[in-house]
Amino acid sequence: MPSPLDLRRRIRSVDNTRQITRAMQLVAASRMRRAQEAVQALRPYATHIASLVERLVRATGEERLPVLLRPRPIARTAYLVLTTNRGLAGPLNSNIVRTAAREVDAAPPGVEVSLVVVGRKGHVALRGLYDLTAVFTDIGDQPSVRDITPLTTLLVDGFASGEFDEVRMIYPEFVNTLTQRPTVVRLLPVVLPEEFESTRDEDIIFEPDPHVVLEAIVPRFVEMTVYEAFLELAASEQSARMVAMRAATDNATELIESLRLAYNKLRQSRITSEIIDIAAGASALADA
Amino acid sequence: MPSLTLTVVSPEREVLRCDGVSLVLAPAIDGQIGILPRHAPLVTQLAPGTLELRRNGDVTHLSILGGFLEVSNDQVTVLTDGSERADEIDLARAESAREAAQRTLDESRHTHDDVLTTQARLALLRALARLRTVERAQRR
Repeated sequence: MPSPLDLRRRIRSVDNTRQITRAMQLVAASRMRRAQEAVQALRPYATHIASLVERLVRATGEERLPVLLRPRPIARTAYLVLTTNRGLAGPLNSNIVRTAAREVDAAPPGVEVSLVVVGRKGHVALRGLYDLTAVFTDIGDQPSVRDITPLTTLLVDGFASGEFDEVRMIYPEFVNTLTQRPTVVRLLPVVLPEEFESTRDEDIIFEPDPHVVLEAIVPRFVEMTVYEAFLELAASEQSARMVAMRAATDNATELIESLRLAYNKLRQSRITSEIIDIAAGASALADA
Repeated sequence: MPSLTLTVVSPEREVLRCDGVSLVLAPAIDGQIGILPRHAPLVTQLAPGTLELRRNGDVTHLSILGGFLEVSNDQVTVLTDGSERADEIDLARAESAREAAQRTLDESRHTHDDVLTTQARLALLRALARLRTVERAQRR
């Protein structure tokens, strides 16, 4: 049976933990808002570049498409796996790692696999299981496009030089605060926009000419896609952490309540027995 | 009188949206181009440099770190890796970025590190685009 002092100590310790988890919850909430704003801020650029790529593809014609747009037989697939650097984000990273492992294990026989991992959590979880081609753990949780350039350059150059024939990206899609869905998309060769119709556009002048502009814009498009995934990762990380920390705070509150109940019961029973003692002593004196 | 609507967007933000523009001067990849209202539909690649726009006699300068420009139905859209209005540019920072890039470039010449050289050259172009934009804005 714990002493009242032990109980008081435990209450204080749980309360300290609760203060930390609550602070983390609030910080995550405000960072999540910022991350969502960044996702919104990318929208105009993303829509424009996608429609531009589509029109350029149409103007270039299928025979002259840049190598980044051309599918080819797959001998080696590279997976880009996005995870966070920090933990305390609920099941976010383990879900991504599990999805990655399932993807990699499901690769058709004869296809070699390279893994490019972003984030310390993914690195720690995957390094024992697979050979990692490259690891990036120095990209912050509010990256700029320039921060991810070394990563996209690695992938684009690797694909262009034939080092791998396909690049797939695995990241947590931010659905809403409660849901982050592990998502697998093909990054390279670039998935062409749906409506690949041959209706002729108004006569657009392309300077220098369509296929040169297309060659220049496709790496940007890939970069934008990766950047978008980073923003989704950031929003997912913060919201997962917010939810996890709220759960921790609630648990701490519950724990404190039950500890306090136990403490009060104990205190009450001590007081009661003291009163009984005193009363008994007093009545013994009165009887005498 | 017809006029242009100019939109400049980077992945991080919409830098500028402006109606009633009468002229856009842009650093296209093979030379400066001028765009007036009723321009034919055009898509071109941009080099790092300065974008200039005129509106009711006012002139605004923006630095452009390379990108793409599209004209269609008097809508001018600039997609850029990064862009700042002249009054947003931190001159001291741009100057020190230029020096740092120049230094890296000189050093990497000796080591023959291609990646580093390319990166330094791009950084230098970006810093120069900023500095020249401020210069041009001040000259007026």
